[in-house]
Amino acid sequence: MSFWQLAVQQLINGLQSGSIYALVALGYSMVYGIITLLNFAHGDIIMVGSYLSWFALTSIAPFVPLPVAVVIAIAMAILGCMVLGVTIEFAAYRPLRKSPRISLLITAIGVSYLLQNTAQKFIGASAKMVPYPRIPSVNFAGLTISGVAILCIAVTAACMVGLTLLVKKSKSGKAMRAVSEDADAALLMGVNVNSTISFTFAIGSALAGVGSILFIIAYPQASPFMGGMLGLKAFVAAVLGGIGSIPGAMIGGLLIGVIESLVSAVGLSVWKEGVVFAILIVMLLFKPAGIMGKPTTEKV
Amino acid sequence: MLEVNNINVYYGPIHAIKGVSFTVNEGEIVSLIGANGAGKSTILKTVSGLLRTKTGGITFMGEDISSAKAHKLVHKGLAQVPEGRRIFLRMSVRENLEMGAYTQHEVTHANLDDVYARFPILKERSRQVAGTLSGGEQQMLAMGRAMMSHPKLLMLDEPSMGLAPILVEQVFDIIRVFHDMGTTILLVEQNASMALAHADRAYVLETGRVTLSGTGAELASSEEIKKAYLGG
Repeated sequence: MSFWQLAVQQLINGLQSGSIYALVALGYSMVYGIITLLNFAHGDIIMVGSYLSWFALTSIAPFVPLPVAVVIAIAMAILGCMVLGVTIEFAAYRPLRKSPRISLLITAIGVSYLLQNTAQKFIGASAKMVPYPRIPSVNFAGLTISGVAILCIAVTAACMVGLTLLVKKSKSGKAMRAVSEDADAALLMGVNVNSTISFTFAIGSALAGVGSILFIIAYPQASPFMGGMLGLKAFVAAVLGGIGSIPGAMIGGLLIGVIESLVSAVGLSVWKEGVVFAILIVMLLFKPAGIMGKPTTEKV
Repeated sequence: MLEVNNINVYYGPIHAIKGVSFTVNEGEIVSLIGANGAGKSTILKTVSGLLRTKTGGITFMGEDISSAKAHKLVHKGLAQVPEGRRIFLRMSVRENLEMGAYTQHEVTHANLDDVYARFPILKERSRQVAGTLSGGEQQMLAMGRAMMSHPKLLMLDEPSMGLAPILVEQVFDIIRVFHDMGTTILLVEQNASMALAHADRAYVLETGRVTLSGTGAELASSEEIKKAYLGG
């Protein structure tokens, strides 16, 4: 394999995991944008989504044809994550809307542990195999490109285009941006702020659901604590891109994925997580607003 | 049209509004004047549902709105230009205007064209991010945005704040135009002389109470007002 083939291969690997980080980072960023909360339970929503896929593919699959089971698994994961995200906001975060930020942050950490430990208690600590059908690889220009990578990149690209259109063009998207900038002013325009926040959680969590499916197709094991590191890396991606910024989350996620795979490619795979967090530290030191973030200016 | 009846409003333990009553009749320009901290903005926030009364009632077009949800009031024909304008700085000028018509099922182009005709500068800048506008332009945008919902009652909170005198004149001219279009106006101002010159009636607020009321002309010529608010 030539150097170039190797480089392209690694780039594709990086884009594969990067696109999953990006999907998860979007949820972080959207929630932060609208209620300035770092939703540390976001990674665990992915864990729940993975278990929903597992449940559908092991408990429902024997009774229906495989394609139907796959569709059910996908629907359950996405809808389940959506409902979970909206429920968490309603039950845990909404009552604290007027409380100090730190209470909200600690609550998010609490929700994260609650989800992890509930999964451990009722499903067990050992990892479960999630049997999505295997996706064949594609041979192209002397390269073997994994089908999973193509799927991840294509689905993520589609989600990003969809989300961008939703946020830029739709009425709900405009309401979302208005609330994230100034909730009281949005209220005066007649925007129902509560339902706009619920809508944001629904979209962010649905993207986490999509992320959970892609992740579990690539690494087919669900375990109670799988959301931790994934969530943390996505969080770094969101900060790197500029938290609150949707294009920032996309860029941050893809960058983190590519950097990880390049670090592994040069033989330092033990260091790949270390490098991710080193990037976070350097970013916070020199450009805390992130790549796409810009300090807001106010005119009087 | 708007009746505020003996309302009491608290910020936690602080009794901010103490038994304030006033009315705004259809077609009037009514002004609330008073010093900083007298409770003018608190009253507007209470009318628009951002704050709640402890006791007392607010009716708009004969309907009790004292416990109505803030986002439902726009539907009923109430719009506000909030203090400090509060336009969406990261959204485009056009998007800001569209937010003004949020409760309308469709942003009619007629609406938009109306506002553009009134404020040609906004049309010129329609694709620009609102944060790049000058202070005066931002005020025009805030007023245009409020008019997008074709309100029956428009409430303005310190529209002249932080503007150069020439722009203050412009703002009041526009308020006149809105009024001539049939919009009833409730105006909160620290700039008492301008407010009294344009108001049909006015109420003077001091530390959460109405201390004086009368027609704009009456108040403008009152010795007490001259001393306290008009620098004479």
